[in-house]
Amino acid sequence: MNLLAILGGALFGAGVCISGMVRPSKVLGFLDFGGAFDASLLLVMASALAVTVIAWRIVAKRRLPRFATAFPAPPSQLVDLRLVGGAAIFGVGWGLSGYCPGPAVVSLVSGVPAVFVFCAAMAAGMFVVELRDPSSRDD
Amino acid sequence: MHEFTPGHAIAGGILIALGLAVMLIGSGRIAGLSGIVAGVIGLKRTGDRGWRASFLIGALAVGAIFEVAQPRTFDGSAPHPMWLVAISGVLVGFGTRLSNGCTSGHGLCGIGRFSKRSIIATATFFGIGVVTATIVGRFGGVV
Repeated sequence: MNLLAILGGALFGAGVCISGMVRPSKVLGFLDFGGAFDASLLLVMASALAVTVIAWRIVAKRRLPRFATAFPAPPSQLVDLRLVGGAAIFGVGWGLSGYCPGPAVVSLVSGVPAVFVFCAAMAAGMFVVELRDPSSRDD
Repeated sequence: MHEFTPGHAIAGGILIALGLAVMLIGSGRIAGLSGIVAGVIGLKRTGDRGWRASFLIGALAVGAIFEVAQPRTFDGSAPHPMWLVAISGVLVGFGTRLSNGCTSGHGLCGIGRFSKRSIIATATFFGIGVVTATIVGRFGGVV
């Protein structure tokens, strides 16, 4: 058990629940410009980004993380078809259902069958990439 | 459709990012959720499955508290038929692993450090997401 990660996950879980990111109907209310537009998701992203920008500034001022031996390497500059194509495919999937990975996993606790279908299908999609390219990493 | 909920949106957004910031500042990890899920279920034997599983356990535990205390937190059903949800899931899983990130990894962590890759990825999936949802929304009730 990693207590720091449990805390991080708990904060994240509370955030997606309170913000409405776990409700595909609300997410689609933002993504679907043809419906009754709901700008809430924009505020979720903006307020969250304000925090992550500050977090990276704190990282820049420190030599080491408190509980580990290194901070992430500087970001790759590579922009290729894999990046843009993958993001486009993700965009189609997100726009279809309103679920993105984090909120979908948290929503498993609701017991709604569609969430289990989504997560199983998402795992299958991830697995295909992992099988072909086990070296894929996080940005 | 839902109403505009600015207070909940801002409070929730800050909490989401604090969860990511705790991982970044405390352990030097970029806690993108697609990477976390793939790391837990995946084939990789990298040995750092532990923190990823712990992160998901923390998130699910809090989600369970919301489900018990405030069940209306979650939608009772998907907005679309099951086959469409399944296709969506495959595309989300496949696309996020191809591009190495999702809404949290690229959209929040990556843009938070002004990564060119993440800005391009996020602009792409937001743009395509809007186009897709708007098209599907026009056929609402038909599909």
